[in-house]
Amino acid sequence: MKTALDTAQDVQSQVSSATAELETSLAAIRARNEELNVFLYVDEEGARATAASLDRRVADGENVGPLAGVPVAIKDNMCQKGIPTTCASRILEGWRPPYNATVIDRLLAAGAVPVGKTNLDEFAMGSSTETSAFGPTRNPLDPSRVPGGSSGGSAAAVAADMTSLALGSDTGGSIRQPAALCGLIGVKPSYGLVSRYGLIAFASSLDQIGPFAKNVTDAAMLLEAIAGHDPMDSTSLPEPSPTLVAHVNDGVAGKRIALVRELVDGADEDVVNSVNRAVEALKDAGATIVELSIPEFRLGLSAYYLIAPAEASSNLARYDGVRYGLRVDADDVTAMNEATRTAGFGAEVKRRIMLGTYALSAGYFDAYYGQALKVRTQMIDAFRRAYQQADLLIGATTPSVAFALGSKTSDPMAMYLSDVFTIPTNLAGEAAVSVPFGTGEAGLPVGVQLLGPGRSEAQLFAAARVLEIAEGRS
Amino acid sequence: MSSPLRREDVAHVARLARLSLSEAELDLFTEQLGQILEHASDLSSLDLEGVIPTAHPFGLINVVRDDVVRPSLERDVVLAMAPDAEDGRFAVPRIMGEAP
Repeated sequence: MKTALDTAQDVQSQVSSATAELETSLAAIRARNEELNVFLYVDEEGARATAASLDRRVADGENVGPLAGVPVAIKDNMCQKGIPTTCASRILEGWRPPYNATVIDRLLAAGAVPVGKTNLDEFAMGSSTETSAFGPTRNPLDPSRVPGGSSGGSAAAVAADMTSLALGSDTGGSIRQPAALCGLIGVKPSYGLVSRYGLIAFASSLDQIGPFAKNVTDAAMLLEAIAGHDPMDSTSLPEPSPTLVAHVNDGVAGKRIALVRELVDGADEDVVNSVNRAVEALKDAGATIVELSIPEFRLGLSAYYLIAPAEASSNLARYDGVRYGLRVDADDVTAMNEATRTAGFGAEVKRRIMLGTYALSAGYFDAYYGQALKVRTQMIDAFRRAYQQADLLIGATTPSVAFALGSKTSDPMAMYLSDVFTIPTNLAGEAAVSVPFGTGEAGLPVGVQLLGPGRSEAQLFAAARVLEIAEGRS
Repeated sequence: MSSPLRREDVAHVARLARLSLSEAELDLFTEQLGQILEHASDLSSLDLEGVIPTAHPFGLINVVRDDVVRPSLERDVVLAMAPDAEDGRFAVPRIMGEAP
């Protein structure tokens, strides 16, 4: 498929048009959406109007932006005015937001064309897109397997060449893990780099929006377009969007990169082999490789599965059948709240709400939530010490390649373990990128993870680009 | 923290969270939540005395904006999303029991 960069250049120079690029995208969606269940809603009418407007402006000699005419898929937990937004939950079925998320406004300002809303685990709670109330998404590379999650629809959209770019959100690995399982670049930006205004909250101190793309330059273009301070998000970093695309070819000469033992321990052999080959490629490009052990990473999973559900139990209290979404009628208001939530939420969401409610309840708060917050401090300190010895860290993104549909749905703990390598970055609010590197079982892609401190996106993209070139994807 | 999660704990938490569970769901969730909490018990053995808890990745202080009037969503637009509205307000079933 044509890159986003080429599409934007062709649209701006009138070699192609936004309308033609959109029709190509819509045809690809029509061809496989029924089989793969990637999009929950395709906004053909709105996208055609946006594309036609861009074409008129280009014809008038206007520069319409760095993403001129590029179709983009949007994870269905981001609000787009007038477009059904469900979080893949029955409790929001049929709801149409009255405003745009900041990322939607920024995409439009950059000349992009939002084409529709992609499937996800319900309220982004899951690692396979199987907890969606509207059925699982299948992996385009092998439809008997999962695409990963929770942003599995967005990953599948790019992997199936329906769009060249997609937005996901990453609370514990929900962009990087599906990127790894679908053979894509997936970016979890530094906390606060991208506005969360209009992103439906799961765990507010961990959630962050980021890009999916097939190559590093496209991912950098998309992140540049959506990043930067937003007064509507009080946790937004104060500075404007960083310069990223201009740095993708900076290389890694002279950089110190640490292979972290805890980010490969327990991974399948083919995954470990890919990480080792990636380390060699970075060394060949002039990086100095060191090896580190960061024992605190082993505690990440436990801390995360207390902190994220605790925040979720609070955030999801708003679905009470009063202001929007589903209402199941009952005689009094409490019974109505209970009937609505019982009918509207799926099993995984209920599990996490109850886990979080328990961790926050009197008598257990100190032992669970309080202890997890202290581990979070230790995690941040551990990263800080690691970055005194290395500029970036490297490890696996996931322990295995894409697994079979249904293979982990009856065992929540087994599913949670697929996030074991991605969670530390979220707890510390830092940045990480998953890069496809080599293949494993059944020829499926393996993701290698590069981690950096807050605001290190330019360095991460430069290192990811070295790996991309080493794999012959120039 | 070592005490196993009991079925009545799960029933209590479900009530707090405004969820009603079937008998079968109570059994399933008691088992599954127990396994997750057992995994989390590796945190209980840690001596974290004196470690300052982190609720948020930045040491954010309150962020405030200038106190000036700005446009917000139209009332009718917001009420149109509600399952029930009446006289410019959200409408809900009765909150209290019948008058004596």
